[in-house]
Amino acid sequence: MMGNDRTNNGRRIDEPTGTETVGHEWDGIEELNTPLPRWWLWTFYATIAWAAVYVVLYPAWPLIDKATSGTLGWSSRGQLAKEMSAADLARQGIFEQIAATDIEKLIASPELMGQAVAGGAAAFKVNCVQCHGAGAAGSAGYPNLNDDDWIWGGTLTEIEYSITHGIRWEGADATRVNYMPAYEGMFDAGEVNALAAHVLSLSGKGTSTAVGATLFADNCAACHGPAGGGMPEMGAPALNDAIWLFGGTEAEVKKQILAPRHGVMPAWKDRLDPVTIKMLAAYVHSRGGGQQAAPAQDDVMAETEVAQAAQAETDG
Amino acid sequence: MADPKDVERPAPPAKEPRDWAGALPDKAPRSAASGPPSADAGGHGFMGSELYQKGQTVHNKRIDGPFRRFKWLVMLVTLAIYYVTPWIRWDRGPYAPDQAVLIDLAHRRFYMFDIEIWPHEFYFVAGMLIMAGIGLFLVTSAVGRAWCGYACPQTVWTDLFQHIDRLIDGDRNARLRLDKAPWTASKIARRLSKWSIYLVISMATGGAWILYFADAPTLLVDFFTLEAAPVAYATVAILTGTTFWLGGFMREQVCIYMCPWPRIQTAMLDERSLIVTYKDWRGEPRGSVKKAAKNPDQYGDCIDCLQCVAVCPTGIDIREGQQVGCITCALCIDACDKVMADIGRPRGLIDYATLEQCEAEAAGAPAQPAWKALLRVRTFIYFGIWGAIGAAMLFALGTRTHTDLTVSPDRNPPYMLLKDGSVRNAYTLRLRNMESRPRDMEVALTGLPAGAVMWTDAVALENAAPEQIIAVPANETKVVRAYVMLPPGTRADAFTFRLTSLDEQGEQDVATTTFAMPGNE
Repeated sequence: MMGNDRTNNGRRIDEPTGTETVGHEWDGIEELNTPLPRWWLWTFYATIAWAAVYVVLYPAWPLIDKATSGTLGWSSRGQLAKEMSAADLARQGIFEQIAATDIEKLIASPELMGQAVAGGAAAFKVNCVQCHGAGAAGSAGYPNLNDDDWIWGGTLTEIEYSITHGIRWEGADATRVNYMPAYEGMFDAGEVNALAAHVLSLSGKGTSTAVGATLFADNCAACHGPAGGGMPEMGAPALNDAIWLFGGTEAEVKKQILAPRHGVMPAWKDRLDPVTIKMLAAYVHSRGGGQQAAPAQDDVMAETEVAQAAQAETDG
Repeated sequence: MADPKDVERPAPPAKEPRDWAGALPDKAPRSAASGPPSADAGGHGFMGSELYQKGQTVHNKRIDGPFRRFKWLVMLVTLAIYYVTPWIRWDRGPYAPDQAVLIDLAHRRFYMFDIEIWPHEFYFVAGMLIMAGIGLFLVTSAVGRAWCGYACPQTVWTDLFQHIDRLIDGDRNARLRLDKAPWTASKIARRLSKWSIYLVISMATGGAWILYFADAPTLLVDFFTLEAAPVAYATVAILTGTTFWLGGFMREQVCIYMCPWPRIQTAMLDERSLIVTYKDWRGEPRGSVKKAAKNPDQYGDCIDCLQCVAVCPTGIDIREGQQVGCITCALCIDACDKVMADIGRPRGLIDYATLEQCEAEAAGAPAQPAWKALLRVRTFIYFGIWGAIGAAMLFALGTRTHTDLTVSPDRNPPYMLLKDGSVRNAYTLRLRNMESRPRDMEVALTGLPAGAVMWTDAVALENAAPEQIIAVPANETKVVRAYVMLPPGTRADAFTFRLTSLDEQGEQDVATTTFAMPGNE
């Protein structure tokens, strides 16, 4: 029902509400010109004022290669840096505690060990996964750190030493180093076959022969042990277990006898601080295969280091 | 929504529907008809071409009556619930807080008397929110905008602040006069004291809120010794500001312009919803008692005394009919009933009624008691849904166990070959102890070949066994990294960890997982 009421500017007045319409009409739908409450108007002005101040204080106008910087100097990168340094500061206490704790005593303090493992897990993802894999399971030639087979020993101290000084790392004097001789040309095909068969028999695969046993005793037992148990002090891998760094088939074993491959790991002392290395050792140790240090650990360590030094001299 | 009667309603009767605008004394725009300008702060009745509408404080007159008393009661109960709840103590033993209602965000626990809700049980909170939502539908279907009129915090606090106005400045007329009066020392003093009281109430409002999130007595002491968390002060500051502003000054503007609920309710009301309404067929045309005495039968019952407008907390004129500004607080019913009693006319010129009932009454049917409006299919359906959700939640709450085990196998590496040829898998076990006391729990392997053993980071390999006992702290989920090893030559695939609480409850949970080994993939 169209009313006849009109305001002086000719707009219709809506009868049920008594409100003037704005004068537009779309298919019979009209819009009421209900006025805003004044507080709403002020709120609108306040948002405009807020925007004006914000544009001055914070990065706002996009330019070609960056935005205007804003007088407060705030940036998201700057905030990240601030938050990161705040997080570092928050971890400072734990770092100092770990630094002050003997690595073999970390296990006695589950809380500190937990912190170290967590920190080590983070550092592992940045520094170690490239070779050892995200799950620390390694791959052919890159040792698996989850299992109970340790080429250079699996106590916290030994792991820490390996990380600190690396394996066959030229830049580090105290690096762990050993080289297995290449037997290419020293054995004929039958001898190599016999030797490989003996090596496999140590872990129960196949049968050995007298020739193979003799060859092993003469050439290999010095480092790998008479029963193939290995010698972690020298980094000689155990051959009598189910774990093969370069593969456990006959062809792979023969290949390793004739032309051994030698993995290299950097000495991380040049790249990482001692606490991070300690935490990495804790993490690797916690992966399920970590070994407990022997009670007379100091003596063993001394011997190991002497052996290391001797080895380094020999090889150097 | 679900009322078939609504859907299958026959075509409207041939008679002309009642013209609700007929409630108006004339066809002129309403601002001319709605009494004093102070009563016209609502969104309607504007005639000019200005961009905005000046705000005008609603000064509602004091009234007494059954609905006002009910409003007092609701205010008392809701405010008491709000302020007292955080102080109720509830003994839960030494390992859990003793506050009856506590939202412990830091520890991710929600305590409500005997119920303790963990984050993984958030569906209880979701269920409560759904119940609250459907509860509002239910209430709207049954009694219209009763939430708006009585229980909404905005209404309760506005009511409280309006009583402060009355206490300091006097009743409606005195307040209207004072608003117009020049700023003398006395007016400044009155305003300052009024605003101070506003501020105290606002701070108490914000202050009580934070008590729900921490131990109330401790927090209260910390708050005043400046040792509470910054977020506590920020929360109190924000809530003080919003209460001061929304309760002290915005008041009905919140209901009319800011709140979505009046709009939603507008859509939910129908002809059979209870609303507060003016029975225009009885009241019109309006005329004073004197006029009516001179010209019997020419005037209706409304004597245009404007008492219904004067007492309205949102400043509307209920005689204009149903409108968004009406929060159905029913104070106008009290006012009108009082006037009707004074002049010896029957009560209920303004009353709770449904539009349908109004139509019937206008056509001559007798007035129906308001409670009959409650009996409608829609209300029963809402109540059924609401009750079903509540019953389902109670059932879930009653049957939940306080012991839970989840197992996630290591995916990288999936298995580990050991020196002796045995195969090891690693699992992350989460042992949940929802009791407020530490408990020993046994984790046992079932479904693995003989010789399978388990150990953990805390239990050395030498002590590996098919089952381990793990101490789980009170009210916590203990995360354990467990290793399971199968001897060489055996095989396995799916198997189960079985968790048993080693106490008189003996609660159990099982988690089935797989044992990965070469050849299993």
